[in-house]
Amino acid sequence: MSSNVKPGYVRPVDFRRGIVDLAHGGGGRAMSQLIDELFRREFDNPWLDQGNDNALLARPEGRLVMATDSHVVSPLFFPGGDIGSLSVHGTLNDVAMSGARPVALSAGFILEEGFPLADLRRIVQSMAAAARDAGVPVVTGDTKVVERGKGDGVFINTTGIGVVPEGVHLSGDRARPGDAILVNGTLGDHGVAILSQREGLSFGTGIVSDSAALHGLVADMLANAPGLRCLRDPTRGGLAATLNELARQSQVGLVVEEDALPVREEVKAACELLGLDPLYVANEGKLVAICPSGEVEAVLGALRAHPLGRDAAVIGRVVEDPHHFVRMETSFGGARNVDWLAGEQLPRIC
Amino acid sequence: MKYVDEFRDGRLARRLAAAIAEETRSDRRYHIMEFCGGHTHAISRYGLRDLLPDTIRFIHGPGCPVCVLPIGCIDNAIEIARHPDTVLCTYGDTLRVPASGGISLLKAKAAGADVRMVYSAMDALALAERHPEREVVFFAIGFETTTPPTAVVVQAAEARGLTNFSVFCNHVLTPAAIQNILESPEVRELGTVPLDAFIGPSHVSAVIGSRPYEYFAEEYQKPVVISGFEPLDVLQSVLMLVRQLNEGRFEVENQFIRAVNRDGNRQAQRRVAEVFELRKSSEWRGLGEVPYGALRIRERYRDFDAEHRFALRYRSVADAKACECGAILRGLKQPWDCKVFGTVCTPENPIGSCMVSAEGACSAYYTYGRFRDGRAGQPTREEVIHVQ
Repeated sequence: MSSNVKPGYVRPVDFRRGIVDLAHGGGGRAMSQLIDELFRREFDNPWLDQGNDNALLARPEGRLVMATDSHVVSPLFFPGGDIGSLSVHGTLNDVAMSGARPVALSAGFILEEGFPLADLRRIVQSMAAAARDAGVPVVTGDTKVVERGKGDGVFINTTGIGVVPEGVHLSGDRARPGDAILVNGTLGDHGVAILSQREGLSFGTGIVSDSAALHGLVADMLANAPGLRCLRDPTRGGLAATLNELARQSQVGLVVEEDALPVREEVKAACELLGLDPLYVANEGKLVAICPSGEVEAVLGALRAHPLGRDAAVIGRVVEDPHHFVRMETSFGGARNVDWLAGEQLPRIC
Repeated sequence: MKYVDEFRDGRLARRLAAAIAEETRSDRRYHIMEFCGGHTHAISRYGLRDLLPDTIRFIHGPGCPVCVLPIGCIDNAIEIARHPDTVLCTYGDTLRVPASGGISLLKAKAAGADVRMVYSAMDALALAERHPEREVVFFAIGFETTTPPTAVVVQAAEARGLTNFSVFCNHVLTPAAIQNILESPEVRELGTVPLDAFIGPSHVSAVIGSRPYEYFAEEYQKPVVISGFEPLDVLQSVLMLVRQLNEGRFEVENQFIRAVNRDGNRQAQRRVAEVFELRKSSEWRGLGEVPYGALRIRERYRDFDAEHRFALRYRSVADAKACECGAILRGLKQPWDCKVFGTVCTPENPIGSCMVSAEGACSAYYTYGRFRDGRAGQPTREEVIHVQ
């Protein structure tokens, strides 16, 4: 006897010509379908396959660390990455700066009505690839859609948790006078790669974003130099902002040597033309490390042995200073402040 | 980086500094005004003060286009930006200059006005072409360096028959400002501002040549060296001025032979003369009314003059009482002589325009030189109340 119930047919999501509409965030079949055909398929892990609104994780041994980061980058695609890979690297690095091994990520998407599904798929695929490479699953997520004109294509929030190994105590307040300051490579690559794509600033450059997950590098550093005091990734506001944060947290002064700062020639040239200072330009695959002077060689060795630390350099030292200033010794033998950035970096006029 | 590193060579800098130290006399001071904010910035950013003997004193001049913009002009620009369907385009730093009522172009933008930063006047023109339904206004500011490009866009707008593009012209002139300083009572009679020599801006002279300075050098007996903006340029210029002063000469010398000659860029001068004419008098922040110190658009190009199109009326507005920008721009005071410097007035929350632009003396001192006097504390309650 044949049933009267018709077999359900759902037309697959049109990832070639389709666009995001309000139904994709409405909680109905369209949303469920987008989750199944895009997010669950690409991120591909048992937590998402369970289909719950949460992810059940076994309690790991040790102290937990948690960090969150929202990504609103424009343009969405840039040389060396896109908002997807950036949203994975950004949060993983915030977790990794505690010395932790990251264990899981969440992802919240805010999509603008009308956004091409082809672009969304490209972003999610890139995000999934970044998470896979890092060995950290995206275990839970959320999707909302806002009306046209109320978003900028896609915003992505990611949250990460990680486990800090026994005996590791990294914190921005632990720098002491006499310590050394290091970076793992060239400064300003990400910011200049983004700027080169912005409307009205079209300039050709071979610079690609340095966006990368740093927890592997951090693990190597800690294995070589257990006395490491602080790590921080100099993202927005660049190296200048990070150094000022560390100086204030640790109640010390920092002195950097201009000649020791690794900056690519192309980045220098772009900054020169645009009236910017590479010290204030964002990075996405860089870290600042502070360690006791006795461990400099160990940290530098670990950095340079890793592909993400080949251009590592010692850039300065920690000093006593009641005002917690960051100072630079210029190539000229002069000295100056390296201040926080005031507002956005705006070019000078004439 | 080629053509940049050569002019930032630390070894050469130390040799120049040694020559300056050797040639300066210990029984006198050398008061040198670097007219242009670009030089102020270079001196601070590269820490040049540390290389020079104490007998060299820099006086920071008013050559920062953002710093000399009076509040009234910014008020006018904000008024334009608030018109419906209007886009106001301008150069970067201008966005932060405080106007009346604690607002700025940046704040007007946050409140809904369409204000955009452009790198070139041509970008504003291109925007007008792409959006015929919008009124596009270019808020033109700057000294002689940025004036020719503005002249070019006005002529291009006419040639392309654009009806939705205009220019709010606030271009100002270097020689008029220098003359104003030299004529000020503090310099001429009272002697409160000792002023021995000038470092002249090379980019201005790339347009106007070095000839316009010959009159000052002669009339006021002050040597002038037209200098480039790289740190080695500045050091070499200081050495040239020290030599002139030691030898009792007062000539116009050209350090920036890479791009400056006596006559300047004739074609640029012609374009500027075609589009602009002198304003009889105009307000400058710090200097007050300066005769023949600014430009306006000629009657012939009236259709592209935003002052005409928006029927703007200029209203002069006094600076905040505690702000010493005026005295600093005239060389009467140093940034830290100002009560609010580094306390209430900071780059995040500028009270006066000298704290806005990277070229402003206050901003340069705050950003690069603050560790020297250690005044980084929070404002006291009294200071906050005083300013409000």
